[in-house]
Amino acid sequence: MAGIEIKNVRKTYAGGVEAIKGIDLTIPDGKLVVLVGPSGCGKSTLLRMIAGLETITDGTIEIGDKVVNKLEPAERDIAMVFQNYALYPHMSVRGNLAYGLKNRGTPKVEIAERIEEAARILEITPFLDRKPRQLSGGQRQRVAMGRAIVRQPKAFLFDEPLSNLDAKLRGHMRVEIRRLQRTFKTTAVYVTHDQLEAMTLADKLVVMNAGRIEQMGKPLDVYANPQSLFVAAFMGSPGMNLIAVGELQALGVGLPDAIPASTGTLGLRPEDVTLEAPAEPHIVIDASLDAVELVGSESLVYARAQGIEKDIVVRTPGIHPGEPGDALTLHVAHSALHCFEQTTGRKVEIQRAA
Amino acid sequence: MQTKRTTFTNRGLPYALVLPQLAITAIFFLWPAGQAFYQSFLRQDAFGFRTTFVWLDNYERLFADPSYLNSLWVTAIFAISTTVVSIGLALALAAAVDRMIRSARAYTTLLVWPYAVAPVVAGILWWFMFNPTIGILPYILDQFGYDWNHSLSRLDAMVLIVLAASWKQISYNFLFFLAGLQSIPHSLTEAAAIDGAGPVKRFFTIILPLLSPTTFFLMVVNVVYAMFDTFGIVHGTTEGGPAQSTNILVYKVYNDGFIGLNLGSSAAQSVVLMSIVVTLTVIQFRYIERRVEY
Repeated sequence: MAGIEIKNVRKTYAGGVEAIKGIDLTIPDGKLVVLVGPSGCGKSTLLRMIAGLETITDGTIEIGDKVVNKLEPAERDIAMVFQNYALYPHMSVRGNLAYGLKNRGTPKVEIAERIEEAARILEITPFLDRKPRQLSGGQRQRVAMGRAIVRQPKAFLFDEPLSNLDAKLRGHMRVEIRRLQRTFKTTAVYVTHDQLEAMTLADKLVVMNAGRIEQMGKPLDVYANPQSLFVAAFMGSPGMNLIAVGELQALGVGLPDAIPASTGTLGLRPEDVTLEAPAEPHIVIDASLDAVELVGSESLVYARAQGIEKDIVVRTPGIHPGEPGDALTLHVAHSALHCFEQTTGRKVEIQRAA
Repeated sequence: MQTKRTTFTNRGLPYALVLPQLAITAIFFLWPAGQAFYQSFLRQDAFGFRTTFVWLDNYERLFADPSYLNSLWVTAIFAISTTVVSIGLALALAAAVDRMIRSARAYTTLLVWPYAVAPVVAGILWWFMFNPTIGILPYILDQFGYDWNHSLSRLDAMVLIVLAASWKQISYNFLFFLAGLQSIPHSLTEAAAIDGAGPVKRFFTIILPLLSPTTFFLMVVNVVYAMFDTFGIVHGTTEGGPAQSTNILVYKVYNDGFIGLNLGSSAAQSVVLMSIVVTLTVIQFRYIERRVEY
C-alpha cells in the first residue's frame, strides 16, 4: 500500500528525442489512475519509468515516500500486466504465478496458499496445470492478472492490458479489473489509448499529449469540462464537434454576447446538439442531413451546414427516420457551449450575465 | 493445409523441370551409396584380381576390430566435445551481441566469417598456430610450462581438432542462437525482472528454456557436422594420429579404403556411417517439432 509521487519527471532518449517533457503527478494510495492519450504521447514510457524498465532522465519518482530512481524493477515492489501478457510460455500457469514469489524466497506453503487464493478469485483454478498456449486470450489475461495479484505488491501497473481482447471480453475484463482493484485497494496505474476504458476505470484521469499532461481530474469532470481543444476532441466517442467561430458567423448563426472575444473555436458535445428547440436560450444552426448511423439505442446524425468544413455529429435517442438531404435545425443551449481560445486552444469561460 | 498449385498445360514439363536435380541426386548420391552398400558385402584380394561375395563378413570383422571400436570411441568424444564447445561459445557470443544496440550488425558479420573458410584451410590455420616448432600457441603455452605437442600427445591432438572443428561451427550456431534470442519478446525478460529475477537467473530460467528448440536442433546438426564434415580438418592437422587417437570414422573410411586399399571394409564402414546419419535425421524430424514450447 503506497501512493506514487512523480515530480518533474523527464525522459530524453539518446539521440535527443524528448518523450516526457516534465510531468508532475500524484497517484493517491489505493486509487486507480488512468493515463490516456494517443499513441506516442509518452504514457507507456511514463509507466515503464515507474516500473524501472526505463531510466529517468530528470526528476524523481517516489513509491510510498521512497525515491526509486536508482532501484531495480524488482526492488520497487510493483507488479505489471503487459499488453501481450508476457506469460512465460514454458511454465504452467502455476509456475507463472509462483515464479515471482520463488525469486523472493517466499516459503513453499505460502506460495501454494497465495496461488490457490488468486486462482479462486480469478476463476482460473481449472487451468493451473496448463501451459499458457493452451489458454484463450481472456484466460491468459486472467493469469497475467493473477501473477500481479499473488505478489501483493505496493502498486499494479497496467500497460494496455485489454487491447488484445475482442470487444465483448474487453468490456467484461474492464469491470473485473475495477472490481479486483477495489477489493485489494492497491494503488494502480493504468495506461490505455481507449477513452471509454479510461472513463469507466479511473478514479483519476490523466490525459496526456506529446509528453505533457493536458488535463487531469475525475473522469466526468474532464469529460464535462475539457480544458483544451485536444482533450475536447480526444474524450468522448464521437468526440466533441469543434467549429470555428468565423464559420458560424458567416453562416449567420446568432452567437450569445457572453462568448469572449478571444474565442476561436466553439465545442459542442454531440449529445448537447438537439433537433428540437430547448426551453433555455440557445443557438440555432440550419443544416441538412448527410448521413445517419443507427447504433440501436440511439442514432448518430451527421449534419452538414453550409461553410462548415466538418459534419456536425448529433446524438439523438431512438431511431432517426431522416433521409440524406433532409433539412435539419440544430439547437445548442448556451450553457452547453465550450469556448476555446483562438491562439492557445485553451478553454475560456463564458462570462455569465451578472 | 493451404498449398499453392501451379497448373502446367504440358504434363511432361514438371517432370522435365525436376529431372536435372533428380539426375544429380541419382548419380552423385544414390548410385555411390548403392555401390558402397554392394561393395560392403565383397572382398577383394590385394591386387584386385579376384572378388568374392562374403555376405556380412566385413561387418563382423569390423565390430571385432579393436581399432574400429577405438575409432567409434574417438568419434564419440570428438563429436560431443565439438558440440559442447561450439554451442557453448556460440550461445555466449549470441547473448553478448543480443545486448548490443548499435554495433550488433558489425559483430554479427565478423562472427560469421569463419563459416566461409574451407575445412582444410581451417585445419591448416590451426595447425600453424599450434605447430610445436613454429606455432605461436605452443610458444605461449611453453611460458606457462606446458609442453604442447600434438604429434606426440593424444590429448593435445584431440584438443587441436576439437578447437579447429568448433571454431568453424561457432558461426553457424551463433546465427541460430541470435535469431532465437531476438524472437523472444522483450516483455518476457522485463516481466521476469519485475518478478525479481536477476540477469543470470533470467538467462537460465527464462531465456535458455525458450531457446531449447534451437539448442536441440543445433545439437543434432553439430553432431552430424562433427561426424561427417570434419574430414578436411583432421586431414589438415593430425591425419588421425598419434596412435589412432584422432582417427574419427570418416577419416578411417578414407584411410582404410584409399590408403590401405581394403575396399570391402571401407565400404562397410561407410554404410555404418550412413545408418548413423539416417538415425540422427529421423531423430531430428521426429522430435524437433514437439520440443517447441510456444
